[in-house]
Amino acid sequence: MHPGIIFFLVILGSILFHIFTPWYWTDIASNWGGMDDTITLTFWIGGGVFIAVCLFMIYCVFKFSYKEDRKAEYKPEDKKLEKILTWATTIGVAALLAPGLIIWNQYVTVPKNALEIDVMAWQWGWQYRLPGEDGKLGTTQVININDDNPFGINLDDPYGQDDVLIQSDLINLETNQPVKILLRSVDVLHNWYVPQFRAKMDAVPGIVTYYWFEPNKIGEYEVLCAEYCGIGHYAMRGGVEVQSSIDYKKWLSEQETFKELIAKQQKIEFENKKIVKNNNFLLNKEIYKEE
Amino acid sequence: MSDEYENKTGYQAQSSETISSGSGGGSRTASDIDYVRPAEVTDQDLYHGHSFITKWVFCQDAKVIGVQYFLLATFTGVIGLILSWLMRLQLGFPGAAGFMTAEHYYQFVTMHGMIMVVYFLTALFLGGFGNYLIPLMVGARDMVFPYLNMVSFWSFFVAVGVLLASFFVPGGPTGAGWTLYPPQTILEGTPGSGWGILLMCISLILFVAGFTMGGLNYLITVLQARTRGMTLMRMPLTVWGIFTATVLAMLAFPALLVGALMMTLDNVLGTSFFMPTIIQAGEILEYSGGSPILFQHLFWFFGHPEVYIVALPAFGIVSDLISVHSRKNIFGYRMMVWAIVGIGGLSFFVWAHHMYVSGMNPWFGFFFATTTLIIAIPTAMKVYNWIITLWRGNIRLNVVMLWCLGFIVTFVNGGITGIFLGNVSVDVPLSDTYFVVAHFHMVMGIAPLMVIMGAVYHWFPLVAGRFLNETLGKWHFWLTFLGAYSIYFPMHYLGFIGVPRRYFEMYDSPYMTSAVGMNEFISMAAFIVGAAQFILIFNIIKTLKTGKPAGSNPWKANSLEWLTPSVPPEHGNWGDKLPVVHRWPYDFNVPGAKEDFITQTTPPSDVVGTEVEKT
Repeated sequence: MHPGIIFFLVILGSILFHIFTPWYWTDIASNWGGMDDTITLTFWIGGGVFIAVCLFMIYCVFKFSYKEDRKAEYKPEDKKLEKILTWATTIGVAALLAPGLIIWNQYVTVPKNALEIDVMAWQWGWQYRLPGEDGKLGTTQVININDDNPFGINLDDPYGQDDVLIQSDLINLETNQPVKILLRSVDVLHNWYVPQFRAKMDAVPGIVTYYWFEPNKIGEYEVLCAEYCGIGHYAMRGGVEVQSSIDYKKWLSEQETFKELIAKQQKIEFENKKIVKNNNFLLNKEIYKEE
Repeated sequence: MSDEYENKTGYQAQSSETISSGSGGGSRTASDIDYVRPAEVTDQDLYHGHSFITKWVFCQDAKVIGVQYFLLATFTGVIGLILSWLMRLQLGFPGAAGFMTAEHYYQFVTMHGMIMVVYFLTALFLGGFGNYLIPLMVGARDMVFPYLNMVSFWSFFVAVGVLLASFFVPGGPTGAGWTLYPPQTILEGTPGSGWGILLMCISLILFVAGFTMGGLNYLITVLQARTRGMTLMRMPLTVWGIFTATVLAMLAFPALLVGALMMTLDNVLGTSFFMPTIIQAGEILEYSGGSPILFQHLFWFFGHPEVYIVALPAFGIVSDLISVHSRKNIFGYRMMVWAIVGIGGLSFFVWAHHMYVSGMNPWFGFFFATTTLIIAIPTAMKVYNWIITLWRGNIRLNVVMLWCLGFIVTFVNGGITGIFLGNVSVDVPLSDTYFVVAHFHMVMGIAPLMVIMGAVYHWFPLVAGRFLNETLGKWHFWLTFLGAYSIYFPMHYLGFIGVPRRYFEMYDSPYMTSAVGMNEFISMAAFIVGAAQFILIFNIIKTLKTGKPAGSNPWKANSLEWLTPSVPPEHGNWGDKLPVVHRWPYDFNVPGAKEDFITQTTPPSDVVGTEVEKT
């Protein structure tokens, strides 16, 4: 078989695969449809170039395959052709870059009404923190983290007291409410990624990174860690449930605040102390008895 | 040899110049139009090895060193290949290999990546092809520092030894991913965080040191040891590609070296270059204040030029192969040269496109997306020039040409997907998914591999004096090309679904179960492609003794490496007369010429009446 035929079948196969593929995007569930559109545009322009270049190559292979008496053209340069191709490519590239940068500008410009969510990552799990009634998250520090203060909230920060703590890898979001994801990590790099939302960003220990999106489809989604973080990386999953406004408010009201957590712990501590005291008392009594 | 010869030719040239100016441009003699400037320095004799050890082991002949690099890089590459089989076995058929734990999987991923990029592709293109071809193609007797060149190879040898030793230390090799991102690289949650990463860093440091010795050699040989008449703009594009790639390597590898050193200090001495305050297993570690992103900048300041350190030699080599086997000059030679240089320069301003979602200042995205897409323009020009070279050529559809065509298809495919990923906001949904894996394997794995294979079939007759078997070569090509294409083309679509890379197991996520069938298919294809490479090894072993003798200049090429007095070329390359160059290496099918090629050493007086371009 002529090699050109096989190359042609490869190109044809690629086009057919692209048209009929059962593997494609998950249904989008956020405001980032622009990303999908830019991908589609890139497919048209880039795919067109790929097909054109390959078909031209295949044509040459058929048309100019070796013959003893054929004389190849001797033409080292063609300034005009080179100029046309350079400009055509430049225009094509600019046409792709422009929408890309416009959407990036939206991506780095967080809307004022976005709800801030603290996403805390570690090897290998997630937990979340929402601002309380004051609408502000308290500041945190890694060295503050202990059993009583799982998020490392600065105790002297008044904004931190009413923060809503969700010690679970599942979080609920309100539909059509933009959220600003504030990412932090206490150990290595992680990345909080929901394919249906399209957006992602690394969590980096030592700094707080962010990105935003607006979920717009009610449903349950899986969270994947998208930055390699050690042996447990592939198993580092979480979940998001996007809810209607009413359901979300109900869920939110059931969550515990930092203040409540402290109070609960103090109560436990107090009772523990009481038990210790009673024990001591009993112990003393027994010692006394023996004497 | 021969001060006498040099003096004589120098004298002749001098005298012919006098004649020319004396006759006032009237009737020009042969020695007049064939004038080439005299050599600036006299020819020097080389150290010739006498024992087996000095001839073949600690050898100072760049050609032998090139073959040594080639063999050791290939050996390392085969290990990388076997590791990829094991990974694909796990991904296609989870649990099929009983010993495969997540720990092993990540170690194999890491070693596969590092081996293929640094110890296979870089060493093969620069150490292998660079050593063999540069002195021959520029008309030098050897590299300018042959002893240093020998040390370069043996440093590489030790580096490979240290790298492979990490398979046998407690904890095994590092499983940090080839990008070696701290903090996880040196923390306990990553396999090989003790000995493994230490040996990896030491091996990289040795590699960079050895590579610097070789790289200085390539640069200075190209700049200082070209033969008479070999101007920079008459060099084959192969030399331009390797030369520019070496400049990049000299500037980029120090960043890797520094990164590896600082990480080793963090690991061994407990410094905090890359380590912020960290809690691990409920315990606060004694690090504070370091920046993990700093390492990423250092790594990619090396890592992105590294892509072009592999790609530029491939660009150069494939240009020459296409030109020779289309019997046509490479189209737009000067633009090809400037594109290589331009891509090389630009490649230092695009590194952070690997870091769009790394948490660096997001405003960098605008700058790096723009520079990244600008680099697409010279790259596209190169592609156009390759296919225009085919246009109205006289194309030999032999195995070498098939590899070149395979390169064009895979490179354009991988280049286009690069435009997806370089375009910052498109990168957001696709980064860290299988789309990236498919992209970089296509563009800097498969495409350069196609060129390597084409180059092997092209230059084997020079190195061994015999042709490789053409039928076996065709089997090798089609299995590799079709197989690799069916691995990586569909893999992009896994990325669209959202399947993240570096997952030991996919579990049963709803949108991932559909990927099971494709993963099985990809794995099967990977096994076949890997096995097909052994056809080449068999072919080489078979034809070394029994292959069809090639004779002198079997492809009817123009460049100097085919014009040595003996085939294969001997130590010193040129017998007792250095070649004198009169033209560029692309004079194929020149109107008015008797043959369809005019070698670089053919003086103008031998091809009177042809319409050659002045080069």
